[in-house]
Amino acid sequence: MTDVRSARPETRRGWRMSGIGRVLVAVYGVLALAALGRSFVQIVSKFDEAPLAYTLSALAAVVYVVATIALVRSGRGWYRIAWATILFEFAGVLVIGTLSIVYPQLFPHDTVWSWFGRGYLFIPLVLPLLGMWWLATHRPDRAADAA
Amino acid sequence: MIEWFAWVQVAVAVAAGLLCLVLGFARRVPNDLTNGALALVELLLVVQLVFAIAAPAFGNEATGSVLEFYVSLISALLTPPAAIFWGLLDRTRWSTVVLGVAALAVAVMVYRMLQIWTVQQA
Repeated sequence: MTDVRSARPETRRGWRMSGIGRVLVAVYGVLALAALGRSFVQIVSKFDEAPLAYTLSALAAVVYVVATIALVRSGRGWYRIAWATILFEFAGVLVIGTLSIVYPQLFPHDTVWSWFGRGYLFIPLVLPLLGMWWLATHRPDRAADAA
Repeated sequence: MIEWFAWVQVAVAVAAGLLCLVLGFARRVPNDLTNGALALVELLLVVQLVFAIAAPAFGNEATGSVLEFYVSLISALLTPPAAIFWGLLDRTRWSTVVLGVAALAVAVMVYRMLQIWTVQQA
């Protein structure tokens, strides 16, 4: 344990990427990659079949990328961006998830958020909750004692 | 894509993922064993890539979107090296957990690729 800590000299004040937060960032990175790839395929091959769903897919993918970056970067500005993107995701998965079940004809094709992210093992539903918990417990000004 | 080989890949990736998660939570930093497990996952992906390129010549065509298949395959191919690289920069036990997350993500991507290749209705 002690050698692990000493192997990490650059723990900076206000840095959110400490401890298990790194795992959160990695999961966000994987989801961003998956969402980007899928949205790329949808837009290139069949955009006209479901423009609304595929535009949302692309928007979601971009937001995941921004959230990943915001979690890595330090400082208050990025901290706010991280909150904004994660709240956006959470709202997205709740609204689109509900709509896709209540009005399935609105979303004939899958988005990341359809059925609360079923196509992604419900990770899109769980991840924003973990992200918000992480941000709430790692505010920039007291990150030093929390890490 | 060869179906039984894809299942071997999923099994190896899940085993590698669980191994790394357990060792990570047991506070091990990435070592030859965990990096090697991810390297094995990567090697199998490269073999699958060769199979996928060669298969249509032997009458084994993808039933689903070839584009989507290759986007998944390339995403999967990028994942283990990224996780290993992460572990080289960040020598903590959390990097071992990240290796595990990466291996499990590859398992999901391979499963998805198998679906696209075999049972896609569209």
